[in-house]
Amino acid sequence: MSIVTVQLGQCGNQIGHEVFNAICGDVRGTHGLCSKKENESYRDACIERFFREEESEVPVARAVLVDMEPKVISQTLSIAARSGYWKYGDRSHFCQKQGSGNNWANGYSVHGPRHKEVIMDLIQKEAEKCDRLGGFFTLMSMAGGTGSGLGAFVTQCLRDAFPTSFILNHVIWPYGTGEVIVQNYNSVLTLSHLYQSSDALLVHENDVIHKICAQLMNIKQISFRDVNQVIAHQLGSVFQPTYTAESGSCYSRNPLGDLMETLVPHPEFKMLGLRNIPQMPENSLAYSTFSWPGLIKHLRQMLIANAKMEEGIDWQVRPPRLGSSIPSSHSTNKPPRFNTSIANLVILRGKDTHSVDLGSFRDPSLYTSWLNPGDAFNVWKTPRAFNKYEKSASLVSNSQFLLKPLDSVVGKAWNMFASKAYIHQYTKFGIEEEDFLDSFTALEQVISSYTIL
Amino acid sequence: LSFSPRFAVGQCGNQVGCRFWDLALREHAAVNKKGIYDEALSSFFRNIDTRSGDDGPGVYKGKICSLKARALLIDMEEGVVNEILQGPLRDVFDSKQLITDVSGSGNNWAVGHKLYGYQYREDIVEKLRKIAEHCDCLQCFFIIHSMGGGTGSGLGTFVLNLLEDEFPEVYRFVTSVYPSGEDDVITSPYNSVLAMKELNEHADCVLPIENESLFDIVNKIHQMINSGRLGSTVKQNSLVTSSAGSAKTGQEKPFDAMNNIVANLLLNLTSSARFEGSLNMDLNEISMNLVPFPRLHYLVSSLTPLYTLADVNVPSRRLDQMFSDAFSRDHQLIQADPKHSLYLACALLVRGNVQVSDLRRNIERLKPSLHFVSWNQEGWKTGLCSIPPVGHSHSLLALANNTCVKPTFIELKDKFMKLYRKKAHLHHYLHIDGMEQSCFSEAVSSLSDLIEEYNELDATEGGPRTDPPRLKIAV
Repeated sequence: MSIVTVQLGQCGNQIGHEVFNAICGDVRGTHGLCSKKENESYRDACIERFFREEESEVPVARAVLVDMEPKVISQTLSIAARSGYWKYGDRSHFCQKQGSGNNWANGYSVHGPRHKEVIMDLIQKEAEKCDRLGGFFTLMSMAGGTGSGLGAFVTQCLRDAFPTSFILNHVIWPYGTGEVIVQNYNSVLTLSHLYQSSDALLVHENDVIHKICAQLMNIKQISFRDVNQVIAHQLGSVFQPTYTAESGSCYSRNPLGDLMETLVPHPEFKMLGLRNIPQMPENSLAYSTFSWPGLIKHLRQMLIANAKMEEGIDWQVRPPRLGSSIPSSHSTNKPPRFNTSIANLVILRGKDTHSVDLGSFRDPSLYTSWLNPGDAFNVWKTPRAFNKYEKSASLVSNSQFLLKPLDSVVGKAWNMFASKAYIHQYTKFGIEEEDFLDSFTALEQVISSYTIL
Repeated sequence: LSFSPRFAVGQCGNQVGCRFWDLALREHAAVNKKGIYDEALSSFFRNIDTRSGDDGPGVYKGKICSLKARALLIDMEEGVVNEILQGPLRDVFDSKQLITDVSGSGNNWAVGHKLYGYQYREDIVEKLRKIAEHCDCLQCFFIIHSMGGGTGSGLGTFVLNLLEDEFPEVYRFVTSVYPSGEDDVITSPYNSVLAMKELNEHADCVLPIENESLFDIVNKIHQMINSGRLGSTVKQNSLVTSSAGSAKTGQEKPFDAMNNIVANLLLNLTSSARFEGSLNMDLNEISMNLVPFPRLHYLVSSLTPLYTLADVNVPSRRLDQMFSDAFSRDHQLIQADPKHSLYLACALLVRGNVQVSDLRRNIERLKPSLHFVSWNQEGWKTGLCSIPPVGHSHSLLALANNTCVKPTFIELKDKFMKLYRKKAHLHHYLHIDGMEQSCFSEAVSSLSDLIEEYNELDATEGGPRTDPPRLKIAV
């Protein structure tokens, strides 16, 4: 089954390019640490998923590029083609000339309807080139105008046009100390709308990735390219082929479906966080060794203590004691810094994955009580190493990971809304105060639901 | 690939405009080695194939044949425009892009706005439409003018009105040179206040400039160079005041250095829209992020560095100095001190080899010493453009929506009232068709309201801050 990727806005397009790069680089590499046959299976599964092969050409990414100004797409297309290993389709992009001005309303209410036909046509064509469509993966940021506003609109159109397909939105959470002044407004509007049409939101926070670049990757002058490459690595670690419990002896054919099934049991809870270990500069890899018990121990503690990376983990945080007669709606029996999960997915890649003990992740005290613990946790594995890491583990978690950032963004947006600042910029394009209120209400609901887990 | 036509009105506007086009060509020449008409160039210039003499949108791809500025030059006396047309830039403008007259506006806003406005309205509209036809996509208009005179101030604001009528969707950026303390035009307060009303009502963004500030910067540079305090040599073409390397030859005129600063401001403002970068900042984004309430659209600008030393090695300390300087009083282009007033919003547009971590480090460092409104504590808009200006490895343009503009407006109002109370020189204005006393009272009233809005902000933001209560959801 194939996934169609939709890259929206500057951020979406810059990240998308790095993702295809990372995936292609991984597949080409000879550090699979597995048999030739395994490597070939892996490669075939990956190519089917993300690329289409045209005669006598390099693999073509199954992607549609959308932006309201031309510079980024033009750059993205040419850099991809220059790599010589993969490229984007010649006619898979759509751009305009004037941008969205960081205005969600402009992206959603003006550009969306105006260009709906052309954009959906491009996506439809790409979807038709898939033997079997596994769903849509959209890449966007929340802070700007195109990725956020047009992205929300396109997601809605996707849902209408493909009612039974899976839609996963990858969303970039902007730096807390602004990139865009109205980023909190744009974020609130985006999240509330996506929640209605999307199946799940997979989030990366710029602040977190920035820290990983600084502290783990030892990069001195961190650029957006560095940030995007870490994100691409993490996404690759989730979406490269794996074996699931159901897939038996072949690579799983339906990654998006599997993801939704395991992680999103209830439509109220769609916020997914991602952790990946180990992360280090490439030239340190040769000198490092890891053990699975060590990696799993760290990953679990990162989960329950809501640590953003494998350094600075708070080891004091412990799961609550079970067996109490107090029902779970009372959060008093839960330690305040403890991160409660709804569902978790661990993905293991590399040597000796068959022998890894994941009992600690099956501990019912990690999870909210209304799901069967057996259903709440899943594992995907492959012996094929990813991106030169002899062993790597990823965690995709539907938990309270994003509660604090969400609450913070809503709080700041509300604060600004109370003074009515910038509202005229949105009403100019048809987004009224009521629309804002609806969005705030929707998100307070989500915050409330995650809080009382 | 969106177009930004420029309208230079009046003597000041045209002199600045001339420096702008010259330095724009210099900038693109430095980047565009192959002489191909690229998207960056097309935002400011059309490429005409002179052999076919066509009047159309121009040749898009391929070699540069003949570049024509997307501009309209307007002046009610011919001296300045004629000089431009005889100078090295004569081929950059074609005769259809000019509107001139002979007698000037006599430093009288009413003559510029009401008399010439009425007279040249159709001509201006027709030429505007022509320019617009040549643009695939109009992003915004730039008007460059001074406030104190007659043509730039009066006719300039008339054009502003026209732009709003004819192209309501296109953003209007205005670069306005405000009269200096020792201005020799007696009626400049009248002209400025009358023009202010138009700016209040019809401009999307105004970048006020004060000659005193430009003058101070020019002096500062002269002192630095002549004092020999600089260890290494200064790169001539890096001076924010210099025309080195541009088409202009011969003697530098007295205002050239000052006008180059404004020209550089405009180049930096549009750099991210023309050149690539990891975080683009378009002009419509500037308006979106920096204007929280429609009338509060006056942005204080600062440019750093003012020069580069020839030694290329730039330690990050010097990079950080660039950020610090952007907030210092003597780098602002009006007489204002944003650091000690209230910020509503701030934009930083960085060019050159600067990455997001440098930006973040400096914002973190400088934030504690700046006062932001309570509802916009993290009110930063940032942009990263990969191409630095000529002669520099990096540069920074800061735009602040800050209550420090208030003193400039208060002073303007005071000067106005001094004349108005005595009814001095009023008759020169009132005898123009369409001018009435009410024009004056409305204008000063508009200015007073604006000052009052700034006062309120200053007042309310001083007190203790309470966050508004959040929505409560029934569980």
